[in-house]
Amino acid sequence: MSETQSEQVLRVDAYPTHEVGGYRVRAGKPFPFGANVVPGGVSFSVFSDQATSMTLVIYKRGEPEPMAELEFPEEFRTGSVFAMTVFGLDHENIEYGYRADGPYDPVTGHRFDARQVLSDPYARLIAGRDVWGVEPDRSRGYQYRSRVCLQDFDWGDDTPLGIPAEDLVVYEAHVRGFTRHPNSQVTAPGTFAGLREKIPYLKELGINCIELLPVFEFDESDNPRSNPETGERLFDYWGYNTVSFFAPKAGYAATGRYGMQGDEFRTLIKDLHAAGIEVILDVVFNHTAEGNEQGPTISFKGLDNATYYMLTPEGYYFNFSGTGNTVNCNHPVVRNYVLDCLRHWVADYHIDGFRFDLAAILGRALDGTPLPNPPLLELLAYDPVLRHTKLIAEAWDAGGLYEVGNFPAYGRWAEWNGKYRDTVRRFLKGDAGVTGELATRIAGSPDLYSSRGTAASVNFLTAHDGFTLADLVSYNDKRNDANGENNNDGANDNNSWNCGAEGPTEDPEINALRTRQMKNAIAILFTSQGIPMLLSGDEVARTQQGNNNTYCQDNELSWFDWDQVDDNAELLRFTREMIAFRKHHRELRSTAHPTGQVRENLGLPDISWHGERAWQPDWSSESRLIAVARCGTGDDDVVYVAMNAHWESHDLELPALPGGRSWHLFADTGAEAPHDIRTPGGEQELDNAGKYLIGPRSVVILVGRTDDPEML
Amino acid sequence: MPLSVSLSIEGDTTVIELTGELDAKTAPDFHQTIEKAAGHGTSTVEIRMAGVGYMASAGLRSLVFAQQKVANNVTIKVVGAIEPVSRTIRTAGLDRSIVLSDE
Repeated sequence: MSETQSEQVLRVDAYPTHEVGGYRVRAGKPFPFGANVVPGGVSFSVFSDQATSMTLVIYKRGEPEPMAELEFPEEFRTGSVFAMTVFGLDHENIEYGYRADGPYDPVTGHRFDARQVLSDPYARLIAGRDVWGVEPDRSRGYQYRSRVCLQDFDWGDDTPLGIPAEDLVVYEAHVRGFTRHPNSQVTAPGTFAGLREKIPYLKELGINCIELLPVFEFDESDNPRSNPETGERLFDYWGYNTVSFFAPKAGYAATGRYGMQGDEFRTLIKDLHAAGIEVILDVVFNHTAEGNEQGPTISFKGLDNATYYMLTPEGYYFNFSGTGNTVNCNHPVVRNYVLDCLRHWVADYHIDGFRFDLAAILGRALDGTPLPNPPLLELLAYDPVLRHTKLIAEAWDAGGLYEVGNFPAYGRWAEWNGKYRDTVRRFLKGDAGVTGELATRIAGSPDLYSSRGTAASVNFLTAHDGFTLADLVSYNDKRNDANGENNNDGANDNNSWNCGAEGPTEDPEINALRTRQMKNAIAILFTSQGIPMLLSGDEVARTQQGNNNTYCQDNELSWFDWDQVDDNAELLRFTREMIAFRKHHRELRSTAHPTGQVRENLGLPDISWHGERAWQPDWSSESRLIAVARCGTGDDDVVYVAMNAHWESHDLELPALPGGRSWHLFADTGAEAPHDIRTPGGEQELDNAGKYLIGPRSVVILVGRTDDPEML
Repeated sequence: MPLSVSLSIEGDTTVIELTGELDAKTAPDFHQTIEKAAGHGTSTVEIRMAGVGYMASAGLRSLVFAQQKVANNVTIKVVGAIEPVSRTIRTAGLDRSIVLSDE
C-alpha cells in the first residue's frame, strides 16, 4: 500500500461517539497509560483502583482556570482504568490533570479529594517549573501540570553503544552544575544544551559513560530552608525528590518554557552516543515528592494512595527512605509502573542504564520486610526492553538494610561498592591494618562478588553524596553550616584526612601532599578491577569548601568551575592518562576475579602480591605498602602497581620479568609534573631494572614489556 | 495569521521564505517544505524569517526537525529573524547548529 493510500484508510476510532462537556469524545484505550496522540484526538488513560469517579481537567496552556472538565462516562471504565479519547484538542497548547473522587479514610489508606487536580503519573512532560529557580505562583491550584508529548524524535542511526560493563569509565555529573558556572562559556548554561557543548571535554577526558543525577521532573523550590549565614534561599538542587517519573526536568532545558525539554534531552543523548559515551540515569523509585501525611498531594496520593505507598496498619507512611514516604515497589501495579517508566526511558530516550537510589527498598515486601526473591528486581533483570541496559544498585536504604555483596542480582545487577570506597579511603589516609582488605577491593572484591564477576562492583571513592576528592584530602570534618541544619546533615564517617591543615592553606608542602594524595586515589581507582566511577570535577580538584552534602546548594559550592581546567591542568592530565592507561590494559578490566593461576604466555600468575621484597607482601597490621602485578591472557605486558600509604619512602625490589621484558615507568605520583605520568605506550625504561625507590605516600605504576618484538 | 512558505534555489542554496506565524497549525507546511529542501542536496538551506512575527514551540520544533532532516554537511541558516524569534533560537541553544544571520 502506498503512503497516500494508507492515509486514506478510514478508521472508525477516529470519530467521536459521545459528547461530554461540549467536547466530542469516545472511549479510549486503557493501554498505554498517559496521554497519547491518536488520529484526530488525544487518548487519556489513568488508573485508580478505588476512585468512584474520575474527571479529566483541561487547561489552555498557562491559564489558571480550566477550559474544560470532562467526567469519564461509566462506560469508559475498564477494570480500574479510566480511558477517553478527546477530539479536536491542540495537543501542544493544553495542560491536563485529573480529579479523582472516592473515599477519604486515611486509616484504610484512602485520601481521595475531588477538589485537587492531580498530575498524571504517566505524564511525558510537566509544566509549572519550566525555568530553573523562578519562584512559582503558589496561589495556583494545580502546580505540576501534565502535558502531551509527541514521541517522534528522529534518532537517525543512533543505536545503543553496548559497551561491555567492564570497559566502562563512569563519570557522575549534575546536569545543571556541570555548566551553570558563569565561566562555562556555553550558550545555555545549566541545561541539557549546555552539557551538549561540553561533550568534547568529556571525550578528551576519556570517559565513556555519563551518569546523570536525577533528571526526572522535580521541584527545586520545595526546600523551605535558607542559608543561616547569608540568608540566601536554598534549593532542592540535586533533585532526589521526584514529582513526575516520565517527564524530563523542564528547568534543565533551555527550551523548557517552550515544552521542548524532551527533544533537547534526546539531542544531548544522541550526540553523547555519537561521541562514544553512554548515558546512565540516577533514578529514585524509593520515595516521591509527596512526603508523608503533612506533604503535598501531587499525584499518587490522590489517585490511589493505598496502592502506591507502603502504609502502617494505622494508615501512616512507612519511611525507609528517610524522606517521608516509601513507594510500594513490590505491589504488582507499582511494579508495572516502575517497569513502564524504565522502558519509556530506554525506548523513547535511548538511555543505556540506570543507577537506583537506595535500591535495597526495591527488595522490600508490601509491609516493608526484605524479600528473599524480590519480584521487581527479577522483572527488571529479565525485561525484554531493558535487556541490555546496565542496572546498578545503591544496595542500601535508610531503613538499615545494607546489601552490598548480597543484592539480588539475577546475573544482571551491579552495585555501588561502598566497601571499596571506605577501604581505599582508609588506606590512603594511612590507617593501620588495611592492606589485606585493600588487596581484595582492588582485585574486584571477590569476597562480595565471587559468582558475579568484577563488573558487579562499581568502584568509587567519591560521589555527589559526600566529600569531593579535593575536600577528602583537605578536611577532617565536614563543613555543612551553609545547609541550615546546624552541621547535623551529611555523613560523619568520611575517612578523610586534611594532610596537616584544615581547609585551604598556603603551605606548599601540604598542598603538594594533597595533590599527590589525589593522584594516588585516581591511580588506585583506575588500576582496580571493577567499573571505575569518577565524580565530575574531581579531575580538576573541584572543592565544595568542606561541605559533604550540597543537596541544596545551587551556587559555586556545587558548580563545576571551568577555570580549574587550567588551574589544575596537572591533575587533569594525570586523570586523562590514567583513564587511557586503563583502556590500554585489558588485564585491568578482566571480568574474572584473579586466581593466582600462572599464565602460560608469560609464566607469571594473573595476579601476584609484593612488598619491599618481590613476592613477599607484608600483610601485617602496620604495613602500609602493597604492590600488585597483573598479567592477562592475550596481553603481553605486565602491570605493576605499588601503593605506599606510609609517610616514609621504601626501596622496592621488583619481580623479575620473563622473555626479554624490562620494567618501564608509567606513573610515579611522588615525581614532579610532568614526570609524574606518561602516555600509555610511552613509558620510560628503568635504568636500575631490579629496584625502585617509592616515595612517601606515593603510587608507582610500571609496565613490564619489551620494546623489541623479536624478543617475545 | 496564516503562514506562507515559498521554496526556491539560488545557486548552491535552497531558500525557504516564511511569512506569518509559525505555530502548531502552520508548522506542517514548513515541515513539508523542509522535506523538499532536504531532497535538493544543496550545501546550504537558508530560512528567511524576517516576515515571521511569532514563533511558538511548534516553530522551534520545526527548526530541530530541519536540523535532523538535512545531511550533516549541510548548513542551515536562519536569516533576518526579528529579535524575539532569534532570542528564542539562541536560548534553545540552537544557534550552535544553526547559523543565525541578520542579512
